[in-house]
Amino acid sequence: MHIEILGSGCARCHSLEANVRKALQLLGKEAQVTAVTDMAQIMAYGVMSMPALVVDGKVLASGRVLSPEEVKRALVSAGI
Amino acid sequence: MLTLVADWFTYVLLRMPHGTVLSGAVQFFVYDIIKIYLLLAGVIFAVGLVQTWLPPEAIRGVLARHSRLMSHVLASLMGAVAPFCSCSAVPMFIGFVESGVPLGVTMTFLIASPMITPSGVVLLWGLFGAGTAALYVAFGLIISVVSGLIIGRLHLEHWVEDYVYQTKVGGHPVATLSLHERLRVGWNYVREIFRRVAPWVAAGVAIGAFIHGYAPADLLVRYAGADNPLGVLIAVLIGIPLYSNAEGVIPIVQALWAKGLPLGTALAFMMAVTGLSVPESLILRRVLKPKLLATFIGIVGVSIIVVGYLFNLVM
Repeated sequence: MHIEILGSGCARCHSLEANVRKALQLLGKEAQVTAVTDMAQIMAYGVMSMPALVVDGKVLASGRVLSPEEVKRALVSAGI
Repeated sequence: MLTLVADWFTYVLLRMPHGTVLSGAVQFFVYDIIKIYLLLAGVIFAVGLVQTWLPPEAIRGVLARHSRLMSHVLASLMGAVAPFCSCSAVPMFIGFVESGVPLGVTMTFLIASPMITPSGVVLLWGLFGAGTAALYVAFGLIISVVSGLIIGRLHLEHWVEDYVYQTKVGGHPVATLSLHERLRVGWNYVREIFRRVAPWVAAGVAIGAFIHGYAPADLLVRYAGADNPLGVLIAVLIGIPLYSNAEGVIPIVQALWAKGLPLGTALAFMMAVTGLSVPESLILRRVLKPKLLATFIGIVGVSIIVVGYLFNLVM
């Protein structure tokens, strides 16, 4: 599973990344987590509000910082 | 009801004597802070909820459909109720322009959004009264619409960085949320804003309750006070390089106002601090060529100055 955090390095983007790592810990799973800051790559997903959570190329959430619990549920439904 | 709580806190819990300046100030502080916190929680929750129906994708769709003037007005209103993280300014700009929203309409949205925020308006309402808050919103909407209209009329599309037009914008299906999820978003929004804003509110209310009349006159009041016809101009020029969000600048605005700065001058200062700033300019520089950035700052700056003078005339 490949998890991407889209954002331009803002505080909210960092907290989403931290929550994703916490969620992975809670699940006891490992996954590749990348912070994507390149605008062309971000726009390719058609996302306009930062931060956004992308799993295996699918946009699961944008414009809000999901809590570790919410990330956990999103990852489970994405089939981690 | 709130008075009872404030009275109980001041006179029963703290055992302060009635009728002294200090106990009066404490009672006023407790009353005001509870009132504003309640107001803030209610408004932020409502706005957070409304925002779940207004993601940028939906706003973009609405803005690409309407006539010129109407789309400016809508852009301004939506910018006011949908404050976005400044880190989203660049992707929103590219997303809007690429999908056919005119440059001027996009600028209207980007001008209105940081200048008019729901939490800022609530603070103005709580500290200065509903009339002032309403005037601030009205003037903010007018500034963003007029500035956007002018930028649109000047046809400056060639001053947008070229890569913006070459960027491919993908489409992703916007996930629909259940009502339960929407309520959760609203609640999270309240918590997020509160964490950021609560200390500023306390500072603002404390200034109102305690420092009123005691603080020494400072630079801004000396040079931009009521007797100086250039007051608004100077306040705006000082405010442009400064940066803070609306909540952070309101305690300062209140202190300045308490020291005798005319309200229009104080609010123009606030608009300059929130609407134009060095960090925001650096972010917009990534999509605007220097000439367009300078035009943007010039037009918005002049609009704020004009509105500041109008505000002083009206009040």
